[in-house]
Amino acid sequence: MGELLRRYGTGLTTLAVSLTAFWLLALVILPYIGLFEQSFRPYIPVADLGGPKDFYSINNYLAVINNPADINLAGLVVRIPIHLWVFFITIFYSCVVTLFSLMICYPLAYYLSKVISPRSLPSYLLLLVIPMWVSELLRSFSWFILLAYKGPLSLILMDLGIISSPIHWTWGLGGYSGIIIGLAYSYILFMLFPLFNAMSSLDTNQIEASEDLGAKWWQTHWRVIVPHSKPGIASGCVTVFMLSVGSILVPTLLASPASRWFTEIIQQWMFEGQDWNTGAAYAFLLLVVCTIFVTLMMRLFKVGLADIAK
Amino acid sequence: MTASVELRGVSMDFDKYRAVDNVDVKIEPGEFFSFLGPSGCGKTTILRMVSGFIEPTGGEVLIAGQNMKGIGPNKRPTAMIFQNLALFPLMPVWENIAFGLEVRGVDKATRRAKAEELLDLVELEGVADRFPSQLSGGQRQRVAIARALAVEPKLMLLDEPLSALDLKLRQHMRAELRAIQKRTNVTFIYITHDQGEALAMSDRVAVMSRGKIQQIDVPQKIYNTPANGFVASFVGENNKFTGQLSSIAKGQAKFKSGVGEFAVTLGEGVTKESKFRLYVRPEHVHFVDKPKAGTNAVPVTIEDVSFEGNFATVHARDKMGHKLSAEVRNDPTHPPPQPGSSTNITFEQSKALVLLDSEAVAYAEKEE
Repeated sequence: MGELLRRYGTGLTTLAVSLTAFWLLALVILPYIGLFEQSFRPYIPVADLGGPKDFYSINNYLAVINNPADINLAGLVVRIPIHLWVFFITIFYSCVVTLFSLMICYPLAYYLSKVISPRSLPSYLLLLVIPMWVSELLRSFSWFILLAYKGPLSLILMDLGIISSPIHWTWGLGGYSGIIIGLAYSYILFMLFPLFNAMSSLDTNQIEASEDLGAKWWQTHWRVIVPHSKPGIASGCVTVFMLSVGSILVPTLLASPASRWFTEIIQQWMFEGQDWNTGAAYAFLLLVVCTIFVTLMMRLFKVGLADIAK
Repeated sequence: MTASVELRGVSMDFDKYRAVDNVDVKIEPGEFFSFLGPSGCGKTTILRMVSGFIEPTGGEVLIAGQNMKGIGPNKRPTAMIFQNLALFPLMPVWENIAFGLEVRGVDKATRRAKAEELLDLVELEGVADRFPSQLSGGQRQRVAIARALAVEPKLMLLDEPLSALDLKLRQHMRAELRAIQKRTNVTFIYITHDQGEALAMSDRVAVMSRGKIQQIDVPQKIYNTPANGFVASFVGENNKFTGQLSSIAKGQAKFKSGVGEFAVTLGEGVTKESKFRLYVRPEHVHFVDKPKAGTNAVPVTIEDVSFEGNFATVHARDKMGHKLSAEVRNDPTHPPPQPGSSTNITFEQSKALVLLDSEAVAYAEKEE
């Protein structure tokens, strides 16, 4: 603060600090506090606000365990509240998206950082980044068209004689294949760049030393490259997971009749049900549980918060 | 446990640049062999071809008589010590050392025992569970040696491993490396640009320049009978004279330069028509006030004397203005000549070598 004052003078410093404070307080913290407070109050007509029916409770949070339904889990029928089920399935498929992105990005990041010559790197990176300049909406629509029942993918494969009738591309993997493809495509760079950065900082001599000592390629990866890249892997996984869980556009566009995403339920509460109280409760539930989940995963893989910040 | 290495007509081209040019050398089992040369002379490229990280674009590499073409670094009986050591920072010392055994599927107890044994060998105890970052430079060096020895290589490749150490430690590690090599009898190939290292440790030295080997010989011969001007100037210091040759006979001749006529010894392949210069080492130069007739003498003026302890370097100029230098052993009863005084330098015929100046010399002098 003293350094700021000395450099920019009182006027400019006050302006910069108060604008930042306004942004943080009025545009980030206060709305959250407002929603958090609302999430504990009932959804009641305006006339009843402040009346005897208006009291704090956790009923909005408990709504998630209402409405049990029979779910068929690989032949085993389980009775489970439908929203809770969607909640679990959202986390599960977000994990699938994360793993899928990791599987694609690990070899790609290795190739970019250790195989190709540094001179051609900028062109490769540009090729990867340019598609991301197109808006997420357009990109998701493109996948919607590509994967449509009688869309280009089906037609081309039929013309080539590989398949005989069109395929519902978004109906696979329990009805989530479209969502997995769409999410992985949307967030893949959030996985690629942390991995790329981590691997770039690895001294190539270490890879050569490992090879020289007799390690096979997978042993070099497992013992030298993966441990070094772990902060990047963790950072990429957390980002892709959180973005996937919180995505609304892709799960809506690339849905199948069988798919539901937890964010869609939040949206239904808020915009179709006009019940912001329960919607807010669901949103906080999602935030808290995902944070706990990510923390547990980081414990499991022995990654610290400081590693991710690197 | 030990193997010969043979390079037959080995070349390496990177795009249009020829890093190694038709190199032939045979290294005997159990030998300590050094490649000595300035940076960019191709010595590291040779090491990488022997270790298998790159394949030569011409010729072949044989280890223990077996052609290594198509055999990757993880299948060759070699172990490399990198310039920056390349220890694995996330593994404790003992796992570093036992890494080569781990990837061969040796069980943990055996690995640990072997690591302790090797730590004993390199005289480094009680650090097995520490991480490389917790060790000093010299300790890391020893860990790198132990890690390379753990895979029981027939051939050790060392890429200037001592260059990061301070002078005292470097001299100590020289002796140490030499002792380890004798104890294990593994063939060592050592890469360095430091002539002191190469001369002190090696059984034989190959001096390289611009991708070509200039001379392969035992250290004494490299220093005392350099094959050409490049070897003479790169290994040790030299006073150089230009001039013409006359009355050539039996490897001896008269050499006429602007500052006098000298009786000289001819190096290999020197003829009247070739490009050559006269080389005289500073330690072979003496000061004589009244030289006898018929000796090699150059009248000079002393410019300055820098005292280095066991010897002093005397800088002088001849009447043509060329700088000359001489090394005089420290002796308080016979002090070196005073700056400003006029005297003569003399040198014996056997120490005055006329050597071919290959294009490598011109290249190296431009680098200076």
